[in-house]
Amino acid sequence: MADNKQKRFQLLQGNEACVEGAIAAGMRFYSGYPITPSTEIAERSAVRLPQVGGKFVQMEDEIGGIAAALGASVAGIKSMTATSGPGFSLKQENIGYATIAEIPIVIVDVQRSGPSTGLPTSPSQGDVMQAKWGTHGDHPVIAICPCSVQDTYNQTVRAFNLAERFRTPVILLMDEIVGHMREGCELIPTEELEIHNRNTNMINSMPYAFGEGQYVPHMTSFGEGHLYNITGLFHDEAGFPTNDNNIAGEENNRIMEKIKVYKYSGILDYEEYEMEDAEIGIVCYGGTTRAVQGAIEKARDMGHKVGMFRPITLWPFPEHELVERAKQLKRLIVVEHNYGQVLLTVEGIIKGDTKVEFIGKVNGTTISPDEIVRKIEEGEE
Amino acid sequence: MPSKLVEDTMRTKRLPHIWCPGCGHGILMRDVCQAIENLGLPKDEVSIVSGIGCSSRAAGYMNFNTLHTTHGRAIAFATGIKMAKPDMHVIVITGDGDAAAIGGNHLIHACRRNIDMTVIVFNNSIYGMTGGQYSPTTPTGEKGTTAPYGNIDGDFDIPKLCEAAGATYTARGDCFHVPQMIKLIENGIKHKGFSVIEGVSICPTYYGRKNKKGNAVQMMHWQEQNCIDLKKAEKMEPKDLEGKIILGEMYKSIRPEYCEEYDKIIKKAGGDK
Repeated sequence: MADNKQKRFQLLQGNEACVEGAIAAGMRFYSGYPITPSTEIAERSAVRLPQVGGKFVQMEDEIGGIAAALGASVAGIKSMTATSGPGFSLKQENIGYATIAEIPIVIVDVQRSGPSTGLPTSPSQGDVMQAKWGTHGDHPVIAICPCSVQDTYNQTVRAFNLAERFRTPVILLMDEIVGHMREGCELIPTEELEIHNRNTNMINSMPYAFGEGQYVPHMTSFGEGHLYNITGLFHDEAGFPTNDNNIAGEENNRIMEKIKVYKYSGILDYEEYEMEDAEIGIVCYGGTTRAVQGAIEKARDMGHKVGMFRPITLWPFPEHELVERAKQLKRLIVVEHNYGQVLLTVEGIIKGDTKVEFIGKVNGTTISPDEIVRKIEEGEE
Repeated sequence: MPSKLVEDTMRTKRLPHIWCPGCGHGILMRDVCQAIENLGLPKDEVSIVSGIGCSSRAAGYMNFNTLHTTHGRAIAFATGIKMAKPDMHVIVITGDGDAAAIGGNHLIHACRRNIDMTVIVFNNSIYGMTGGQYSPTTPTGEKGTTAPYGNIDGDFDIPKLCEAAGATYTARGDCFHVPQMIKLIENGIKHKGFSVIEGVSICPTYYGRKNKKGNAVQMMHWQEQNCIDLKKAEKMEPKDLEGKIILGEMYKSIRPEYCEEYDKIIKKAGGDK
């Protein structure tokens, strides 16, 4: 008999920690298509899922990858697919389907340089806005950005919990730096984690009915005693297509509101570092976090009061929290591997005396702590 | 008054359906329901998965676990359902464009996997929902709104395509020969492996009108006269078979089924303990 028990502490890549976190959270189905730099997620899933009685399938393309995962989720199995930039573009239509049909799923995007085939093995954070707006039509989204191997493990668990609780696709927005980073990781076992499972206690036997003041419908899985319909068309409480503009409007509103209403019930998350007395703030997320922390240590040694604000949940953005913190700041520097995607959001919300600045890098190399220190110094001369 | 079959297997509150008068899809949907009824499958153990297009609206009218997915992707969604619940009878209802154009990749790869599900292609040789554009099964030379001078593409023979890709059961029926179509669907569902049944439909509104095929009744008579059973066709001269559509079981074989093979992997990996 194979020994499938995992050691609690392991040296892992971010991509591998993602799989372990997913399995701990209850993932028992993975379907995807190979793509750099996310392939290790598929590879480890192929090894690990059958060890825990789960299933892996390599589909014929990226679209099939997300579609099969959605099918398994409809049948009640926690499911995930993973990809990178080009594949993330291909999955967008079905992310919208998951949103309107309210099917829990975790989609991992290990970002690489783009557009198009770009620099497949190089870091980038160019999919930040694609994660938010990639699928057509108005829709809400939850996107989570881990910054280390351990954080990837923990945030993957959280991604599954949020998908299950709110019946929505959750995007785990990794990047090449975090995906291929190797460091120690504690594989916190399932029994020590807070695990959420979808509510399957259908209201009035209708899949899209919801209680007074509630925003998340309860749906049984296929084959569990209730015959109902799921569609990507606007639908009534029973799940059947409708052209009734009132029903369509109400449904659209509810789906949009769902994420807003529960923003402070576990969706929002962020981390601050050395922020208490900071006069200069740095906004970063994912793979740039390490460099920013290094830069803060150096800059503080030089006498600059610098701190970090890291949105862990990137969408919805912790707007209120950043605005409040910015009140004490002279300068706010956004550091990201793109031409300013989070910068757009920060510029949109930071009014008043705080000067918003930017470090972006898009040539496939990483931002170094020294580059950030130089930027800090430039402004202080 | 709806018939007993309609009452037992369809969502009568959702009827009448949206299909045009004279459309063949209603007959094919009824055939699928009759086949399920004949086999006595418990409703909760049947999932109907469809894509986008006229054909795919059938799912919403049928009283089973029904999933109306995105364009071309029904078979991929169905793969997830089947792997998650291998005891489920998974039936995909799709159209010629949905299955063989935008969903062609999923179709051939599901054939290759030989995953146990039944795909029924409602083939009306046209994109009906969008108003009559030529499809991968529009015969060469025929017209559509996007082939105003005649279609120069070749057309797919769906059972042949699927046989070549690895399907272990392929068949073709039509709207006119109802008992045969029901039997083919029954056999497809009973078959352990990937089964594909093409149901030749009629679209008087677009395909018929564009190509001067007459009204629905005339199109049905055309099927009566030109859709020939395989056994009869075998005895006919090739020249007499020109322009005819052959019906019947085209191919049947036994090959390891995907979910059963995956169970062996779970055993090998120790996940069954």
